[in-house]
Amino acid sequence: MAEHTVPKKIYAAIWATLLAMTLITTLVAFVDLGRFNTVVALAIATFKASLVVLFFMGAKYTPRLTRVVIICGIFFLGLLLAFSMVDYLTRLWPA
Amino acid sequence: MSHSTEAGTVPHPALQVPYRDLDQQRETATLGMFVFLLTELMMFGGLFCAYLVYRTLYFPSFQEGSKHMDLAIGAVNTAVLICSSLTMALGVQAAQKGRSKAIVSWMAVTLLFGCTFLVLKGVEYYQHWRAHEVPGLGFDLASSTAGVDIARVQLFFVLYFIMTGLHALHMLIGIGLVTWITICAGKGRYTEGYHNPVENVGLYWHFVDLVWIYLFPLLYLISRTRT
Repeated sequence: MAEHTVPKKIYAAIWATLLAMTLITTLVAFVDLGRFNTVVALAIATFKASLVVLFFMGAKYTPRLTRVVIICGIFFLGLLLAFSMVDYLTRLWPA
Repeated sequence: MSHSTEAGTVPHPALQVPYRDLDQQRETATLGMFVFLLTELMMFGGLFCAYLVYRTLYFPSFQEGSKHMDLAIGAVNTAVLICSSLTMALGVQAAQKGRSKAIVSWMAVTLLFGCTFLVLKGVEYYQHWRAHEVPGLGFDLASSTAGVDIARVQLFFVLYFIMTGLHALHMLIGIGLVTWITICAGKGRYTEGYHNPVENVGLYWHFVDLVWIYLFPLLYLISRTRT
């Protein structure tokens, strides 16, 4: 079984999308969307990160075991962030 | 293409015990690299978590801190790293096809982008130094909004310097690794069958790019407009 090689065109398309997203996220930062500035910025960052992991890092083409390991890692990072925030956000609540 | 070592065929010199063939060896190396990168993710994750918690608790001070970031340099550096990820991906692809000269060229371009990032980061640090924005070393905000707690803005800068500093350290290590790959590729060490080091250094490089993809919006962007 040979390794999967990604066509150069796909790499170029991913690169162009990443650059466009960087431009968009920078411009959106100057528009006042209230709370949604953070939501939009992090959504764009997550979209960019997914493209990098799936295509540049080739997670899309790795065996299932590797993909499971990647998803586990992201899950535990989510657990760290979510449970820490649940703690801090509820500390000031009236008893 | 098969690299299996049935009786009568000579095994590839790069094939190690206990692997059946080079594909299995490479898949194992990739898996190991991802496991290492996940430990890195958890290390940076702790810092991101600290940033998230303090940003929530001391929102006005962190908003003030974000206003002292150089958005132009941050955005250009994001673009520089994205370009370096493209050239790295193309370099790894050249390795998969066993083209040593192409590996050397793409790695050299990647090095150039990596060094550009660090130079710009250095310029930014120097600007912070000139503006008295380095915590503990005469920290003083000349143009801060009234009513903002200076100690808490200083905390923003502590997290800023630790997070971007750890990221910059990873960039330095990455530049060292890419230099090593360039030298080995120049000696013709990598073939279509064996190029695990190129792939794994590539994965490391993309990971460092990923960290910056989150650092850029969190430090530079998200607090700019809210008043």
